[in-house]
Order: sequence, then structure tokens, then C-alpha cells
Amino acid sequence: MARTLILLFALAGTWLVWSGLYKPLLFGLGVLSVALTYWLCLRMGLLRREVFALDLVPRLLGFWASLVVDIVRSNLVVARIVLTPSLPISPTLVQLEPSLKGQVGRATLANSITLTPSTVTLDAHEGVFLVHCLTRDSACEIRDSDIGRRLRNALGDR
Amino acid sequence: MSWLDWVSAILGCLGGFFVLVGGIGALRMPDLYTRMHASSLTDTLGSMLILGALMLQGGASLETLKLCAIAIFLLFTSPVSAYALGNAAWLSGHRPLEWDPEREQDVAP
Repeated sequence: MARTLILLFALAGTWLVWSGLYKPLLFGLGVLSVALTYWLCLRMGLLRREVFALDLVPRLLGFWASLVVDIVRSNLVVARIVLTPSLPISPTLVQLEPSLKGQVGRATLANSITLTPSTVTLDAHEGVFLVHCLTRDSACEIRDSDIGRRLRNALGDR
Repeated sequence: MSWLDWVSAILGCLGGFFVLVGGIGALRMPDLYTRMHASSLTDTLGSMLILGALMLQGGASLETLKLCAIAIFLLFTSPVSAYALGNAAWLSGHRPLEWDPEREQDVAP
């Protein structure tokens, strides 16, 4: 029930921001599209507790802030590698076994790793992540990184 | 120009720089997987700095809220599409170049 309310509020808010015109006709269309989207989400099973993530946004804010720092730092590192004439890369594959058990947590971790330049998640099958790293340094960094622990602190068992 | 315009211009130029470096990197890197690293410069800092510059131009308005939403959606969709690309390449048997410490150069495994 709480999940339904959160989803409806998020959809209505998105509609209001997108439309920007507040006339009865557009409100009617908005109600219709929110209802249609809600029905589609229900059919796709997106409201199940294991996959629903909208209620986790407040808990993730701190993690996102720390992720922004990581992203900016590795952007600068990769930009320097690209602009160095000798192109000092040493591509490495790394296997990670995150301690996160929940689906939302694993998806968030895989996306965070991909979002950080110099590491891309290639495969996240059966709890083992295959991560492609641009340099050996970035491979060591992601192996020793506490990103999984930070995410588990934020999300718990989700 | 007010100081806000200056900040916005600087952010826009920095964003353009990262998009350019991402493009140069995508051309210089040797294989698909390493090219993906270069293009994630364009996805993250490049687009965020440019959207930030546009937000400063928009001021406190509905446009700024929309740009905010675009930034958030980009941060969720770009890693998913990168995963789809990388995973498809990996599952179809395309193997990355791996660095061989003895030969000090990139070799195919």
C-alpha cells in the first residue's frame, strides 16, 4: 500500500513537472496516464518488495554523494590517460563477489561501478560481478574499494 | 554578463571539454571495452556539467526542474545501456585485450 502511494505520487509529480500547463484537460490526461503507467508497473511486477526501489531514495542520498566524488576523481584520471600520447592503459578483468544479497542493492552496485569511468560491469550473473578495468591500478582500486560496504550500510538486506 | 552567466559559461566549457576528451578517447582506445571507458566520460561529467550550466541559465523555474530530472534519468539509464552493450559483447564471445606485464603491451588473450 505504501509502495502504491509512493509510485502514484512520483508519477503525478513527473507529469506535473513535464506538462507545466495547469488546465482541466491536461489534468484529466495526467490522471489517465498515471493510471495507465500504474497498471503497467503492476503487470510487470515492479511493485514487489524485492525490486521496488523508490522508497530507498532517502537512504541512498549519502551513498550518491560519495559516488559523485568517485566519479569526478576517475573522470580526471581517465581524461589524463586519454590525453597522454603513449595511452598508458593496462586492461584487466576482475571478478568481484559482493556481499550484498538484495536485487536492488546488486543492481545499484553494478550500475555504480559502470557509472565510474575506468570500470565497467560486464556480467552480474549469480552473484559474481565481472568487471573490466581500464588500468591495473583501477582494478586494484575496485578490488579494495569499500563501495559495496557503503552500499550495504545504506540499504541493509535490500 | 552577471557572475552567474560567467559560472554557467565556465561549466559549459568544462562539460564540452569532457565530451571532446570522451570522443578523442573513443577513437584512440584499441578495443570495444576500453572505448566504453572513454565514452563514460561523455556520459557522466560531460553531460552533468553541461546540464548544470543550462540549469544556471534557467534560474528558479520549471525548466531547471526538468533539466534536473533529465540529469537524474541520464545517471540511471546510461549505466544500464553500457551494461547491455558490454554484456552482449561478452556473452557473444568477444574477449577484451588483456595487459601482459611481461611484454609490456596489449595482447589478445
